[in-house]
Amino acid sequence: MQQLEEVVREEWGRLVALLLSQFRRLDLVEDALADAVEAASRTWPVDGTPANPAAWLLTAARRRVVDRLRTEDVARRKEPLLRTDAEHHQRGTRTMADSGSLVEDDVLRLVLMCAHPALAPEAASALSLRLVLGVPTADIARLFLVPEPTMAARITRAKKRVVGAGIPFAVPDASVLPDRLDTVAQTAYLAFTAGYSPGTGPDLLRAELSGEAIRLVRVVLALRPDEPALVALLALVLLQHSRRDARTRDGRLVLLAEQDRTRWHHDEIAEATRLLAAPCLARPMTPLAASYAVQARIAAEHATAPTAGDTRWDRIVQWYDLLLQVAPSPSAGLARAVAVAEDRGPAAGLDALEGLEIPGSHRPAAVRAELLARAGDTDAARAAYDQAVAACRNEVERAFLVGRRDEL
Amino acid sequence: MRYLVLLIGDGAEKPWPEQTEEEQAAAMAKFGEFDAACRAREGVELLAGEALSDPRDATVMRTTAGRVELTDGPYAEVIEGMGGFYLLEAPDLDVVVELLQVLPPYDIQIHPTVDVTV
Repeated sequence: MQQLEEVVREEWGRLVALLLSQFRRLDLVEDALADAVEAASRTWPVDGTPANPAAWLLTAARRRVVDRLRTEDVARRKEPLLRTDAEHHQRGTRTMADSGSLVEDDVLRLVLMCAHPALAPEAASALSLRLVLGVPTADIARLFLVPEPTMAARITRAKKRVVGAGIPFAVPDASVLPDRLDTVAQTAYLAFTAGYSPGTGPDLLRAELSGEAIRLVRVVLALRPDEPALVALLALVLLQHSRRDARTRDGRLVLLAEQDRTRWHHDEIAEATRLLAAPCLARPMTPLAASYAVQARIAAEHATAPTAGDTRWDRIVQWYDLLLQVAPSPSAGLARAVAVAEDRGPAAGLDALEGLEIPGSHRPAAVRAELLARAGDTDAARAAYDQAVAACRNEVERAFLVGRRDEL
Repeated sequence: MRYLVLLIGDGAEKPWPEQTEEEQAAAMAKFGEFDAACRAREGVELLAGEALSDPRDATVMRTTAGRVELTDGPYAEVIEGMGGFYLLEAPDLDVVVELLQVLPPYDIQIHPTVDVTV
């Protein structure tokens, strides 16, 4: 049933949004839609695919919600409802003083509700993947490295919190919207990095799930095409994701310099380069958007270098200097030290590394080890590798560090 | 929805006793502004609001096996710094958060109430 899968993939968020704006029952809508999809998988092969598959699913889901409301009957009136700005319209009032020229799009409302700052970031990420994209709970669980029942409970809890806390299904005032879209971007980026971040096992498939986070960025960007945070984020994740096939070989991590650049996805790199030339990135933007834009420009320097030897490390160091102004962080400082070492040699890199610490991370020690090895200080390098191996919790990365140490 | 808004701590605001008279007057003015902002906003109604006395004046009442026990002081550290509260009717959380930004930058807990009437 490829056609059904396609409709579900393309239309899930819109269908959820339409059902929510009609019924305001976050607790019923998702199940009703899942039931409709299940019914379609039985009837479409027999009766043929309907002329308008999305409308068919919407009608079937609506019927199921109405059935549920009928059986609930009296109890229904006491069920807490999602807050929508539709009800304020009905009462002739507006939640926000001025909606400006904003497109009042149901999907945008859904996205802003799922990525509300009053939700914990991981809950917001999971809820967005589930409700906006229809990603199966099992896949979201694998992405965030938790058991499926845990993830199912987390999503249920998030939905309850949306209704209970009074998080609205609404587009806020134009003065607040950029901040709220920043939260949406962070939510999507969290889902993206989850697929690459330190896991406890060698589950390489998770990088593919990061592709779903890219899809989330695309959905939101389609609604707000000139939003700097979203444009910059899409460029950044495309560049990072473009290297997925070259990052590992036989279950082992391959360093950027040693990656087979023909295995990078060059169509994605080209799209990201185009995005980085967008006029909206030349205008003033929020610190978060600026930080994504600079990180994307750094990634683009790597992605567009024909060979590792051609990398313009001098420019990369300058970008990191800018990044440390826009969004200071120890990991940016660490990455800058690596770039300095490439540009001016290991001694300069070790100087740049001086005093830098990231609590709970093996990376500063791993970088120091590598630079000490290059500087020829084998004993100190071995000690630093021991330290890094002890702190590392990811199997693939630990195997890599052990290998480097044993080569000394 | 109806929200209980607890002003649970000074947050980014200088503690009241350390404020100059001018600063105290400015803080008081913000409470007036909040009142006006709530009145001006459709769908919002300020149902109650009081400043609280010193937390050391609070009494905790517990009933264990039918016996009432009283202890002095607030129940938990979280509300040790609680200076006041509002009971507010508002359409949703975003409206409450927007309005509360009129107040001094206290730490605030926003807690929806539930209707228990049958």
